[in-house]
Amino acid sequence: MNKRLNKQPSTARLRLGGDTIEVIAMTALLIGSIGLFSLLAPGFLTATNFGSMSMQLPELGLLSLAMLLPIISGGLNLSVTFTANITGLMTAWLVQGLLAGMGILSVPMAIIAGLAVGAAAGFLIGVIVAYVGAHPILVSLGAMIFLQGVGEFLTRGGGISGMPEVFQTIGSGSFLGIPIPMLIFLAAAAGLMYIMHFTRTGFSIYMLGSNPRATEYSGVNVKRVLITVYTISGILAGLAGMVMLARFNSVRVGHGESYLLITVLACFLAGANPFGGFGRVLPLVLGLMSLQVIASGMNLMGASQHLATAVWGAFLIIVMALRMPFIKQS
Amino acid sequence: MGDIAIRARHVSKIFGQSRVLDDVEFELRRGEVLCLAGENGCGKSTLIKIINGVYTPEAGVEFSFGDETLSAISPIEARSRGIHVIWQDLALFPHLTVAENIVFDDYVAKPWRPISSKEALTQSLEIIQQFGLDLDPMARVEDLSIAHRQLVAICRVLRAGASIIFMDEPTASLTYKEVQTLLGITRSLAAKGISIVLVSHRLVEVLEVCQRVTVLRNGKLVGTYPTEGMTQARLSTLMTGLELEFTPRAETHKGAPVLELKNLSREGEFENISFTLHRGEILGLTGLLGAGRTEIAHTIFGMTQPTSGQLLKEGQPLTLRSNRDAVRHRIAYLSEDRLNLGLVQNQSINMNTAVTVLPKLEKPRFFLSPQRIKALTAHWIEQLKTKVSDAELAVSSLSGGNQQRIALAKWLATEPEVLILDCPTIGVDVGAKAGIFDIIRNLADQGMAIILISDEAGEIWMNADRALVLREGRIYSEVTPAETTEEALEAIINA
Repeated sequence: MNKRLNKQPSTARLRLGGDTIEVIAMTALLIGSIGLFSLLAPGFLTATNFGSMSMQLPELGLLSLAMLLPIISGGLNLSVTFTANITGLMTAWLVQGLLAGMGILSVPMAIIAGLAVGAAAGFLIGVIVAYVGAHPILVSLGAMIFLQGVGEFLTRGGGISGMPEVFQTIGSGSFLGIPIPMLIFLAAAAGLMYIMHFTRTGFSIYMLGSNPRATEYSGVNVKRVLITVYTISGILAGLAGMVMLARFNSVRVGHGESYLLITVLACFLAGANPFGGFGRVLPLVLGLMSLQVIASGMNLMGASQHLATAVWGAFLIIVMALRMPFIKQS
Repeated sequence: MGDIAIRARHVSKIFGQSRVLDDVEFELRRGEVLCLAGENGCGKSTLIKIINGVYTPEAGVEFSFGDETLSAISPIEARSRGIHVIWQDLALFPHLTVAENIVFDDYVAKPWRPISSKEALTQSLEIIQQFGLDLDPMARVEDLSIAHRQLVAICRVLRAGASIIFMDEPTASLTYKEVQTLLGITRSLAAKGISIVLVSHRLVEVLEVCQRVTVLRNGKLVGTYPTEGMTQARLSTLMTGLELEFTPRAETHKGAPVLELKNLSREGEFENISFTLHRGEILGLTGLLGAGRTEIAHTIFGMTQPTSGQLLKEGQPLTLRSNRDAVRHRIAYLSEDRLNLGLVQNQSINMNTAVTVLPKLEKPRFFLSPQRIKALTAHWIEQLKTKVSDAELAVSSLSGGNQQRIALAKWLATEPEVLILDCPTIGVDVGAKAGIFDIIRNLADQGMAIILISDEAGEIWMNADRALVLREGRIYSEVTPAETTEEALEAIINA
């Protein structure tokens, strides 16, 4: 028995046999789309284009990570975009108002406070989902509309702009040739990957996503895990809010709203199970990169941005159709 | 008598890679009560579904109805030949009246012709009186006892012109008296020329009313035997293929007390339950469905809180706020519902084994090593001789018996001192049952205190040192299997 186990690759293949297939499929997709647009789109294979792609990806990327965890746990967090807005607002206010006199220290403090607001929003959703037992779609939909309303009320529908220079450095600077937003996204993805594969929180999220009652019968504190899921989701949405604030040097409620359903699409594209229990970070990152390549490539070819969105939709349907035989097999 | 009502030959059925039925022959005479016997998973239900037209058997099958021979039966064909099945769940409409339920098939057959409630009433009364049944046609089905609901289901198929009735475990949730009534009714139906097949695992009753018994084992026909002169022991051997030792567990060295219940009550579930559980002891907890067995287990496992009374572990009062507290106090509970509560079916064998001991495995904090999980699973797979090709596969890919071993493994990994086993052989194949009980006896021999919940008198009689018989949430009687017979225990449970 031990001999047989030792023969297995020691990489984190723990979750699901199909995982490796997902990663290979998403890698193939990424290489394929890069190859296609290198041929079709002039100027695709340039440093400028790759730079701008890795500038644009992190917002959608972080929001998708914020969506992935609730999906694996068998739920959904529809409030990710507005949570991002609210955290951005919080940070902007603090920097310009309360903490304005504190100099350079005000920026990290405002960022931490902003992320705390994101965490609090997620925490509340988690508590309601865990203790009231209402479906996460309803709870997070309520939270989404609540946050939207509060944000619009406080800003009167306008925006806040004019951040200190540090923010612009975060938004447009780069380190070792990689844009800082991209670094934030990759770090968040790596952190999430670790949580999902090497902690009992991640382990429990997969289990409860498949069957919360059986997981509870096994002695797992399902309520606490659910709260953790939505809190992490809130923090990741908060990070997306920070990146948006830094990149646009302004924040407005409703910004990034159109990303919401695309984050869900990205998760399903990467093989997350709509009924919970399955889904991985790495295929999601690769899938997001493919989506960005398609959007940028089509943009360079002069196609409208709306057409790119349509292609994304078609793409999802094709990938789902291709995946079906594998799902039926297992 | 003597005429063949239906004969099916060369019945085979393959699901995926497993041959569920293998060249089975089945014969039913007109006006007889036949028993279809066999352990869980022997193919009884599959056979019924094939004769009822639900499943299509493999080619080569032959159905003959005396005069005619068919090579296939569709559900419609089965109906038109008067073949009906009363499943265990009865498939009644609880919000409708008895009369409406009885004439229901008319609604289906002629949806364009509504039946007035008066018409329904007279027609159902006709059936009820014809067979001399005690039923109020105006009552709502939801207000009836299970026994009466069963009568409604019988009337419904009679009204639809049944001449061959299969009854799936009809006695499973009835009291002893109700069982006698039901068996009386089946006899009188048979006297009117209707053929009845009883599917049951309660051997005593079955031997009383049936003329013949057809035994299936692992998808194969063992044979059809007259019940005259048949003993329970012989029937069990035919069903299991094992010369099981029909002896109670040898009196073992009962150790120190571990768990004590003092007048434990939970409103609406059980009352004044007191007993002491010792190391090395297997305590049987039995009684009919709904007697409070599982409810008591849930409270000992901390899933529910008692409304009064006390729980003591090694003399210390125990307050359990959740099952996590119970696990910490080394109490484990194997659920009766393996499909929904016992295991997370879609997730891997590895994950299902490790889920109960995550805090122990996550060392250092925030590092849960996949290697340790694999090692743990491999250890238990070997210990419990589980047949697993790849522990990364979903636990649902295993057979019932092997799934149960994984369910046992996940609790044994917590190193329990008290292990509660709630119907541990549900959905487990014949051969695997004996294997599961071997494991359980071994654990007790090593000093674990075990509470064995089961509604099968035989299981309790053979494995428990002591048995508590529950009725309506109270302890009704305490029995020492070594001092009594299996039949006597069965009688006490059903009394």
